[in-house]
Amino acid sequence: MSSKVLMKGAEALAEGAIQAGCRYYFGYPITPQNETPEYMSRRLPEVGGRFVQAESELAAINMLYGAACTGVRAMVSSSSPGISLMQEGISYISGSNVPCVVMNAMRGGPGLGNIAPAQGDYLQAVKGGGNGDYKRIVLAPSSIQEGVDLFVDAFELAEKYRMVVMVIVDGLIGQMMEPVEFKTQVDVSTRKPPEWAVSGRHGRDHANIITSLTLDAVELEKWNLAHQAVYAEVEKVESRIEEYQMEDADYAIIAYGTMARIAKTTVRLARAKGIKLGLLRPITVWPFPAKQMQAYVGKLKGALTVELAYRQLFEDVRLTLCDKMPLGWYGRGGGIVPGPQEVLTAFEEQFGKGR
Amino acid sequence: MEHNVVIAGFGGQGVMLIGELLAHAGMDEGKEVTWMPSYGPEQRGGTANCSVVIADEPIASPVLTNPQAAIIFNVQSFDKFEPVIEHEGLLILDSTLVEKKSARSDLDVVYIPATDIAQKLGSSKYTNMVLLGAYLGKVAPITMESVYGALPIFLTGKKTDLIEINKRALQAGVDFVSKK
Repeated sequence: MSSKVLMKGAEALAEGAIQAGCRYYFGYPITPQNETPEYMSRRLPEVGGRFVQAESELAAINMLYGAACTGVRAMVSSSSPGISLMQEGISYISGSNVPCVVMNAMRGGPGLGNIAPAQGDYLQAVKGGGNGDYKRIVLAPSSIQEGVDLFVDAFELAEKYRMVVMVIVDGLIGQMMEPVEFKTQVDVSTRKPPEWAVSGRHGRDHANIITSLTLDAVELEKWNLAHQAVYAEVEKVESRIEEYQMEDADYAIIAYGTMARIAKTTVRLARAKGIKLGLLRPITVWPFPAKQMQAYVGKLKGALTVELAYRQLFEDVRLTLCDKMPLGWYGRGGGIVPGPQEVLTAFEEQFGKGR
Repeated sequence: MEHNVVIAGFGGQGVMLIGELLAHAGMDEGKEVTWMPSYGPEQRGGTANCSVVIADEPIASPVLTNPQAAIIFNVQSFDKFEPVIEHEGLLILDSTLVEKKSARSDLDVVYIPATDIAQKLGSSKYTNMVLLGAYLGKVAPITMESVYGALPIFLTGKKTDLIEINKRALQAGVDFVSKK
């Protein structure tokens, strides 16, 4: 018997966050991630934490803002329409340099859409959402285990760069069950509040003030320039990718999250037919693993981007590989999840039989 | 080696439960497993299904377009999954509840009167176990001991008394496919 337990993704990710030191959770119910707040409501009091069901998403994100200002590990989770409502708060938190974690279990859109798995919030997650020139680190696990492991990194990255870290999954990862092992337990019981936190003066000669308001243009430009430098550093050192069966690959599928997982089977199907196909799977979608992908320029005959959205990930792939190799795209939306064979057929239609 | 199966029927027939039982037993044997439910705005009496994958290697797609096997509890699920089972795959259906016959000659089809068998054991509640037994008797992705071993996870408290009868239901399914 291993130390693995069989858990539903939405619950395993909640436990992963707790093991990573998260002690404060705020949320407002929305499918397909309700098991996450439900689990948090039961577990957080057991570990000395607090769970608050807010009256709205706007309240939840601002409760997170407040809690995270004190330097504790805190998070919210929601799903697409709920995350849209939180964008103002995410911009304010980013403008205040307050570290925290936001999880989005993406569902079919736009609007209320449906509760099926989708990746249509990609551009919102990696490019925009709230107002102003801010970035957040976006982690995109493709299995429950990876999601659990990445929660440790999520809080560490958030604190290292004092940024919002977003974890994007979808209903499929949330609802499925897989064996999972909780390898890392972060002890937050003896943590001291960081120097910048608003958690009492602790004998300092000044009060800390956290705000995203900087009325003086010269000062605000300074803030922006300093943060552009931080973002450039994050882009330089924090991008991650999984390269699967790429050693001898003639072609690659580029996909992340659930879609990448399905595409892994496509790679196996293609290999069985003699097509040398591999998979490039961004684990961080911001920073985008551009350098790692560009290393294949000259080695690949083409790459097919596959996503549960319409040319969103493809935008970053084009920025990265445009004119460097033939690029193809295949995607489904509205909550439809293509199977491995459907993806292989799309590959063969666009790249011939791949030989 | 990878085994995968779709289990489909009405909500309340224990469709999801035998999928979870299979996944738990697989994990306890040290295999890689995934259990994926159909989910949506479900309603009581509506159809429900889950996909289970058991493998020695890390599992890529938990989504099955063409499952190797299907365990079918009702006509709606028969109509949905019979056409998409992999070539030369396995179809197990409760012939008490599904009167249709498969038109596919490539499939290995087991028509098992699972509800009748379960009722003889005492209750139609054990139908799901009879069907799972038939699958395990045919495919054996994991041992019966592992499946028996996982039963106490689901049958706790007062239901502990039901472990033995559930074992007998599983064995009845195995016996049905073994004698053929």
